[in-house]
Amino acid sequence: MESSLVHGLVGGVLIGLSATWLMATLGRVAGISGIIGTLLTERPRGDSAWRLAFALGLVSGPLLVVLLGGELGNVAGRAGAVVGEPAGGVALMLVAGLLVGVGTGIGSGCTSGHGVCGLARLSMRSLTATLVFLLTAILTVMVVRHPWGGGA
Amino acid sequence: MKSLMAYLAGLLFGLGLAISGMTDPARVLGFLDVLGDWDPTLMFVLGGAVVTNFIGYRLVWRRSHPLLAARFQLPTRQDLDARLLSGAALFGIGWGLSGYCPGPALASLIGLSVPLAAMLVAMVVGWFVARAVAADD
Repeated sequence: MESSLVHGLVGGVLIGLSATWLMATLGRVAGISGIIGTLLTERPRGDSAWRLAFALGLVSGPLLVVLLGGELGNVAGRAGAVVGEPAGGVALMLVAGLLVGVGTGIGSGCTSGHGVCGLARLSMRSLTATLVFLLTAILTVMVVRHPWGGGA
Repeated sequence: MKSLMAYLAGLLFGLGLAISGMTDPARVLGFLDVLGDWDPTLMFVLGGAVVTNFIGYRLVWRRSHPLLAARFQLPTRQDLDARLLSGAALFGIGWGLSGYCPGPALASLIGLSVPLAAMLVAMVVGWFVARAVAADD
């Protein structure tokens, strides 16, 4: 199997173990937009410390991979890199960020909450949400990269 | 102790994102670009995560409660409402424009650039907007 896919599978299993671990210890769903969005917008009393700790862990994961060195990352075309370049400039990212924030906020979840956790729970709501955001994401990339149809 | 467990969960999640290459927007966009030079990596990431977590959840749910909490807190809603669908649709557009969903965007903080900072700030603003919209109803 191609190296990138092995990286994907190994990383995916780690993400699955993370979600299982959070359920086993705290009984919570590992949805990033829910955990961190709620932390920032509501700062729920008595329910914030674990959210902050999760966020710190999330950021330190890639840092650990950098410190370990070697070629543990999987950035396309750059062996040894761990974090890839943004796909556009500030204006594009402002629009995209706003859409991601508003969308995951009103849609109650993102790739982790609906995808990793919701699908594992066999939730119809999460399956539907996952299919919808995959579809609009694919259509968006189609419009951006192939505006004249499949030829490009 | 709860915070330590949550930190470890976050750490595993961040390790998974970094090792799988999901901290590279090019990999994500390569998967979403079905008409281009298709990159199947994301499918392996999501597949590996869902199957692992599917099995893991079933093992965990054999217990009556989590190790450090009184009960499992699971979403209970079953209905498909307009908010779920429109939210997911908007999120997908933002994801397709940037190649960032919330996890990878935050996990990429060690490679902070001006565009990534703009993405993160706008995403947080978006969460506040969503909360205000929800409070209106």
